[in-house]
Order: sequence, then C-alpha cells, then structure tokens
Amino acid sequence: MRVLMFGWEFPPHISGGLGTACYGLTRGMSHISGLEVLFVVPKAWGDEDQSALTLIAADNFPVRKKFIEMKNFLREMTYLEVHSRLVPYMSPEDYAETVNNSEGGSNVYFNTEEIGKLKFTGKYGPDLFQEIANYALVAGVIADDHSFDIIHAHDWLTYPAGMAAKAVSGKPLVIHVHATDFDRSGGSVNPGVFEIEKRGMEAADMIIAVSNLTRTTVIEKYGINPARVVTVYNAVEPLELGEWPEFRKPVNEKIVTFLGRITLQKGPEYFVEAAHKVLMKSDNVRFVMAGSGDLFPRIIRRAASLGIMDRFHFTGFLRGQDVNHMFAISDLYVMPSVSEPFGISPLEAMQSNVPVIISHQSGVSEILKHAIKVDFWDIDAMADAIYGILHYGALSEMFKKHGKTEVDNLKWENSALHVKQVYDAVLAKYY
Amino acid sequence: MKTICLYFQVHQPFRFRRYRFFDIGESHYYYDDYSNESIMKKVAGRCYLPANQLMLDLIEKYGERFRVAWSVSGIALDQFELYAPEVLESFRKLAATGQVEFLAETYSHSLVSLADPDEFRVQVKEHSDRIESLFGVRPGVFRNTELVYSDDIGAVVADMGYGAMLTEGAKHILGWKSPNYLYYNAVNPRLKLLLKNYKLSDDIAFRFSDRGWGEWPLTAEKYAGWLRDIDKKEEVINLFMDYETFGEHQDVGTGILEFLRALPGELLRHNEFRFATPSEVASLHEPVASMHVPYPISWADEERDLSAWLGNDMQNEAFTKLYELKELVKKTNDTKIMTDWRYLQVSDHFYYMSTKFFSDGEVHKYFNPYESPYDAFINYMNVLSDFARRVNEMVGATETETTMLKRQIRDRDEQLEKLQAEINELREKRKLVATPVVEGEEEVTGSKSSAKASKPSTGSGSAKASKPSGKSVSAKASKPSTGSGSAGKAKPVSRKKAETGEKKPRGSKKA
Repeated sequence: MRVLMFGWEFPPHISGGLGTACYGLTRGMSHISGLEVLFVVPKAWGDEDQSALTLIAADNFPVRKKFIEMKNFLREMTYLEVHSRLVPYMSPEDYAETVNNSEGGSNVYFNTEEIGKLKFTGKYGPDLFQEIANYALVAGVIADDHSFDIIHAHDWLTYPAGMAAKAVSGKPLVIHVHATDFDRSGGSVNPGVFEIEKRGMEAADMIIAVSNLTRTTVIEKYGINPARVVTVYNAVEPLELGEWPEFRKPVNEKIVTFLGRITLQKGPEYFVEAAHKVLMKSDNVRFVMAGSGDLFPRIIRRAASLGIMDRFHFTGFLRGQDVNHMFAISDLYVMPSVSEPFGISPLEAMQSNVPVIISHQSGVSEILKHAIKVDFWDIDAMADAIYGILHYGALSEMFKKHGKTEVDNLKWENSALHVKQVYDAVLAKYY
Repeated sequence: MKTICLYFQVHQPFRFRRYRFFDIGESHYYYDDYSNESIMKKVAGRCYLPANQLMLDLIEKYGERFRVAWSVSGIALDQFELYAPEVLESFRKLAATGQVEFLAETYSHSLVSLADPDEFRVQVKEHSDRIESLFGVRPGVFRNTELVYSDDIGAVVADMGYGAMLTEGAKHILGWKSPNYLYYNAVNPRLKLLLKNYKLSDDIAFRFSDRGWGEWPLTAEKYAGWLRDIDKKEEVINLFMDYETFGEHQDVGTGILEFLRALPGELLRHNEFRFATPSEVASLHEPVASMHVPYPISWADEERDLSAWLGNDMQNEAFTKLYELKELVKKTNDTKIMTDWRYLQVSDHFYYMSTKFFSDGEVHKYFNPYESPYDAFINYMNVLSDFARRVNEMVGATETETTMLKRQIRDRDEQLEKLQAEINELREKRKLVATPVVEGEEEVTGSKSSAKASKPSTGSGSAKASKPSGKSVSAKASKPSTGSGSAGKAKPVSRKKAETGEKKPRGSKKA
C-alpha cells in the first residue's frame, strides 16, 4: 500500500508538535511491511542540500524528490519538497528576526504557534491563503505524477492539498486532526481557517483525531458524522540513552516546571495562581516558566503583583538540550492547558522520571493513569497536587515507578498500526 | 445436620472532606458531613431498615430456629447515632429477641492489628464496651477488619479472652482442606476459627445480580440445593458478607431481599440444616485441625491478602506516618484528638489509595469517592499533617524539635563513621608494620590484594583479614582475630578515650 502524505514540516526543521507527531507516525509506519509513504512538504529552498532529485512541476513550481534514510526508520522514505514560500515558524522572536533579515524577499513567512495558529496581520494574511492554494495546485500535479492508494493530510494547511490530490487521482482521503482552530484560538476562530478545516473534514473519507477531546470538537463544532471520526492517540519517541550530560540541580530546592508557550491555550495564568498558593505555605520550592508567547508580559506582571518573583523564574524559549536539562532538574511538571488536543510534552517529562500534573482538558489525560489530573481552572486542586507531590515522598516514588513504564508502552508503532487499520477500513469501503 | 452461620458486616466509612494543604493549621474539621449524612440516610433507607425488618420477620416466623449475627463497626454506630438513630433502635429490637449475636471488632474498623498489638487491644475493648452498653451482651467472638487474620493476630485475640474468631477460607491457606469445618489457631488452640465459604458467600454478595453469570437468576431453591449437595460429612457453612449486599450493593430490584426472605424456609424445610450464631457454632462443633497463617490474609480480591490496603508506597507511607503518632496521641489525653485519631484509622482511607483498581475489579471503583488513588493520598496526608501538628503542639514537642533531634543523631552517625574510618586506617597501618613479624608472608599479601580489588575506597584491608566486615566496632573489639592480634589489643583504649561508647549502638544499627 502506498500513501501520499501531506505534512508541512519534518525533521530536522521542526517547529512544534505537528512535526514531532509526523516524524513519529511515519517512523512507526516504516515498521509495517507493505506500507510505503510518499511524504510531501512545502519548503523554502536555501540551505538545504541540493543532491536530491528535482522535479519541475507545472506552473513553475519546482518539486524536489529525495530518498531520505532516517535513524530508527526501517526503510528509506520518498520525500518530496515543494518549493513553496510557506515557511512555518515557531516563536514570535524567530519570526521577528526573520522578517527583519529577509526584507520582503521571496519567502512568505508566517508565524505559527506550535501547531499552526496563525497570527493574521494584514501584511501576509492574503498571501498565506494564496500560498495554501498554490500548495494545493502542486499537490494535484504530484498526485498526477505518482501512483498511490490513499492520501493522508495533516492539519488544515494541507487539507486543500489533500483535497486537490483526491480530485485529481480519485483516491480516498484521510485527514488527521492534530488541532483545530478552536484549540489554537481559545474559541474565537478565524473564519478563513475554519472554512478550510470544515471543507477538508467534509471532503475526507475518514478523519483521524488525536484524542476523544478533539474528536468531540470535530463532531460538535464542525458538524461531522461521528461514524467518520476515529481517535488514534499519539505516542512518544523512546529516549535516546547515554547521550546526555549529567545535569545537577544547583540548589537544594524543589523545582516545579511549566514548559510550553505562554499563550491562552496553555493556561499559564493558572500556573502562576497555583504557584502563589503553594508559596504561601512552603518556602523550599521554586517555580519555573519555560517558554515564550504573547501572554508573557501579563504573566510577569501578575507574578510581580503577587510578590512571588523571588521564587518564580522565566527562562524564555527552550529547545533541544535545554529542554532535557530543564526536565532533569525538575521535581514536577505541570501542564494546565485550557485546550490541548493531545500534549506530548508530559510524556517526555515522564520519560525523564518527572511526575506530571495535567489538565482534564488535554487529550493525553485520556490515556495516562499515573498522573494527577485536575481541571485547568481549579487552582486549588492544582496547588494541592503540587504541594502533595513536593511534600509526601511516596507520591514521587509511585510516579517514578509506574509512570516511566506506562509511558514506555506508548509506542508509535502501535499508533501506526491503528492508522493502518483506518486505511484498510477506508479502502475496503472505497473499492 | 449441617450448621449454617450467617454473619453480616455493617460499616460505613466516615469520609473526609476535600482538605487542601492550605487548610493545614487553619481548619481542624476534616469530615464531609454532607456525604456522610446523605449516604448513611440512603443506605439506611435502602438496606439497614428494610433488612432489619426482614430479619425480625424471619425470627418471628421461624422462632428459635433462625439465627443471625452482625458485626457493626464503631464508626457505623457513631454515624447511626448522628444521622439514623432509628437503625440503632431496630438493632436493639433484634438484640432483644436473644437469637442474634453482635461480634467484636476494632472500634475504628482499622488495620491496627497489623501495626501495634497494644493499640489493637485498646480499640477492641473500646468496641466491646460500646456493644455491651448498647445491646446488653458482651461479644464473645471476634472478627477483624476485612477478616484480616494471622497466627499472631489470633494469639492476641485469644489472649483477650475471645473464644472464636472469623476469617477468610482462603484457598492458598487451606489447600485441599475444606472451609466447612471449625479450625483452631496455630499458636493458641483455644481460639476456634470460623472460615468463610467464599464461593457460596460471593455467589450472593457479588454474583447475585450478574446477568452474565451462568447461574443467573439465582433463586433460594437453587441455592439451597447447592448447600444440600455439599458432602454429608462437612459441618458448618459460613456465609459471611457485607450487610449492604441487601438493597445497596445489590439493588432491591434484583430481588435480593426476596431471596433472603425465602432462603431460611428452603433450608429449614427438610430438617437437614440448622442456623447458628458464631458463638453457637464454636460450642456446637469441635475443631478438626489447626490453621497455619504466618502472613496475614483478608477477604478481599483474588489474592485474599492486604494488597488493597497496604500494597503500594503511598499506603505504606500513610500507614506508617499514622501509627508513628500513637504515643504522642496518647499523651494528649484530649477527647477531640482521640475522636479524630479513631476516624483517621478507618481502613477505607487506605483502600482509596489502592492502585489496584487500575487493573483490578470494579469493586474498588464502586467504593471510592476519589478520582484517583493519588488524589486520595494527597487528601489523607493533608489531614494527617494537620492532625500531627495539633498533636505535636499539644504535647509540646514541636516538629522543629523533632527534626533537630534527628539531625543531631545524623551528625553523630557521621562523626562515628569518620572515626571508624580513621580506626580502620590506623589499624591497616599498624598491620603493615606488624605483619613481617607476626604472620606468614603469603597470607597477608593475599588478603591485602583481594581487599584492594573489592573495596578500595573504605580501606578495609584489616576488616577482610579479621572478617567482621559490616559488624560494629564493639564486635571487632571483643573478637580480636588472628590477623591483627596486636592491633586489637591496642585499640579499645583509644576508643574509650574518644568516648564513643555511648554512640556505639547507633553506629552498629546503621551498619
């Protein structure tokens, strides 16, 4: 079975959860015999190596074909890069930097928040939709040039491409919802994005949602027939052992960590309030907020007005080794997300033996047993759980003992098998 | 003629309210009055009152031939008084018939038998006193919380003067033996043991309404048939279960009360069975063998062990921290403290912290007001922290003082270790000097090199040679062995000078 898959980022150029998920999923799929993936990404050419085969598609859109072999993949994967001016960027800082450097060059940079929230400023808004349309156009050409059995599109940016490929080839389309605009915007959806999402969902033969939470959103907010939406949970890449330097905690104090974007979706203000409650009762603890985002000024003002800045620290945006470092010195990880379609980061914390508190409003809470779950708005419960884990030793021990095992059993191979079942069901119905 | 022994457990936990850590030191009221009252009233209406009435009817109908026993926890009695005095009244009526028996247990429905024999006795006595004052008869038969039993617990119970005790007929204990006889305690043969026939008991308690069960629907006639099929030689059939089975765990709509109403008639019809209370069973029958239970058993889950209450780190920490307070609590001599102390010990608190329900039965979930065992643990520890503070404050030993003492002990231990290392070092040096004179060369060099290979950091070459490695200083001193004879003589003097004599026990404990 050949799958034509549309993504919009892939290692090493990962900006957020979607890239991680696409990587894990395709890696898992490479372990299923008879399943071949043709992965298409939009990409601005520049620093990439030019050795790959380049296809020139219609309308002057060059397409480069590469065969990439990645670590832990059983087979090499066909990888198509569409020369598009779509370039996803992760953080506002990055965005600002790039725009300044490029000075209105050929690339359209747009700013996304982890899983694709757009910031619509008049400057690039219209262009972006044009680019998405262009991507779809090329997708049609690719679909015409290659043979495959099924189309798989990840998140809204690629839905039009998936739909175009379906129109050209007549093959069934599976769309994979990693997030909806309701999650990203906190309720005030962008009508343009909503429109694309809804049309994609309606055109799809089957929809994969990353959690029941997301599945419900798809059904209720987009009016999709529940029979066409299935949940396939994400997983987490196993830790690479032995690569890390040993991190040591600088102070003999407990560290409670929030790691994620400081945006409405992630619920940073609840973390500050809970921290305040805990700090009123204990002095041997520090809180760290690692990340950046538009709510940063508000959060820092709030923390200052609560008078806890001596115990509340901001690190800015962390990546790579710094994230590992942060986990290594943390005694507790808190994810108070207001709306989290899945949420891989608590799993990463658990891999590092860090106990986690997660909100009920996260997809990952549907599968985790060895985690404390609270409602994001329930600051009392959150504070209580933080205090409990820091003060009652048996809790951390329990989490370390069972949490690691639990998370080690969440394998991408299983998710991939599940996706394969979805393909089989779709194809059985289609032919 | 076979004897049927019916015993029902009556218990309701006294549930804690959501007690946050910021309540610690601020609020000392721990209980969820709303749940406690509403659940007690609900269960009284659905089970206790109708079931008690049914028992009265049965006694009226069958006269002397019908017998039944209950064990009512002190915690349940307290709540009857608070929220449903009419239940107490109906139990009094039953007691007045003289055909029923009330058993002894721990007042708090606690697991104290596993923690502290002295405190165990106190709680059992408290409960028996209460039962006697309520129903006019002092219990002569004991049943432990969750039917927890071991040889040692049985011995304590016998020592307290009870003639018989109830426990589980656990398969892993009985092996090929049948629970349908009387047994006796392995330590003190005077204590007779009634063993629950768990298959027949659980048919009613757990499977009665299960439509997936092959025997559903279970009728009194069918059930009586099973009892009749039991081998003629077997003597006693002990049907032990929660009283809440009738109308609460098994809904009235399942026909459980009709089943109970019809059962005695079916059994008494052919004169093959008689009913007896536990103390009657103990005097009617002779025990056939002793039962060996070196590790505690209970009536819960597949394993019939303690893993539902003391099976994980959280439960063990909570349990240990709780009973660490025992001495201090006694010192307070304060009624409020004593009441809270009782309610803190209720076994249900530990049950809520069980992580077994992630994999194991629905039963756990059904009984658990908390979202997760972690939740239950945090709440319990918050309450316990506040309680500990109050107790400490009242006794005057503040927490800081305790930690200070602990630190002192630790410091001394460290100091001791340092001195020990120094001694070892000196001893080695002396040996090196002494060896060419005292001992044959090859032995010494051999031991030296092996010591270095195995433990180079501690420098315990001498320890290896004289072989008390891991033992205390005093042990070495008393046994100056071959290798270091001269060294051994010299050392005790220097040690006494350093005045380590007093610290020795601590040092040896650590080693």
